[in-house]
Amino acid sequence: MTLNDVKEILGARALAGEEYLSREVASACGADLMSDVLAFSKEKVLLLTGLVNPQVVRTSEMMDIRAIMFVRGKIPGQEIIDLAREKSIVIMATEHPMYIACGLLYANGLRGGEENAPSL
Amino acid sequence: MRLHYDVSGGEFLRAGEASSSLKKVLKQLGVSSDVIRKIAIAMYEAEINMVIHANGGVVDVDIDSEAVRIKLEDTGPGIPDIALAMTEGYSTASDEVRDLGFGAGMGLPNMKKNADFLNVMSEVGKGTTVEIKVNL
Repeated sequence: MTLNDVKEILGARALAGEEYLSREVASACGADLMSDVLAFSKEKVLLLTGLVNPQVVRTSEMMDIRAIMFVRGKIPGQEIIDLAREKSIVIMATEHPMYIACGLLYANGLRGGEENAPSL
Repeated sequence: MRLHYDVSGGEFLRAGEASSSLKKVLKQLGVSSDVIRKIAIAMYEAEINMVIHANGGVVDVDIDSEAVRIKLEDTGPGIPDIALAMTEGYSTASDEVRDLGFGAGMGLPNMKKNADFLNVMSEVGKGTTVEIKVNL
């Protein structure tokens, strides 16, 4: 699905990288622990997180993560938005809490992509 | 090509600038995105560790046609038991660092996973040197 689809499904607002909303995402990773994100090995990933600090953008940059969704109504500060713009990373924010946001995207076909996860 | 970075300690929110800069250089050199990601992850984990545990340090990078070799040196407290530090989930990070999303004890194991060669040398009270090599 595209980031535009993600935005619509989660009723989200785009805060940075509005021009990249036609990008495709193939899988998603929901985590507040950047250590876990750094161990995630998929491409074209959407990161959902409730953690708000610039290292979320740095971690995404290292991982080639193309979009970050802040959950539970958390709005990142200008420093984070500016860093994301500099790195061409999309930032969005949704009012949904993590569990619901992940559930809605999963129900709409966006999978996790974990290699070792048991099949559902 | 040789690159040098000074990593300042205590500014956790700015950590990662050296890794970001190296990533940009590798991209300009036309290195494949899979290899760049391995290098970026390994170096970022090491850079974060340097800021969290050792109040910063220096990074030297050597790039040739075969590999990228990264050497990170600090004069921090050192690692008393490297084998224990390599264990997934083992961490001595503070609650403050954990609140920022790090310190889960996955840094060194993740460096090992992404590097083709990893060497950690440490002396308590003197510092730690981490060598990372990723083949091109």
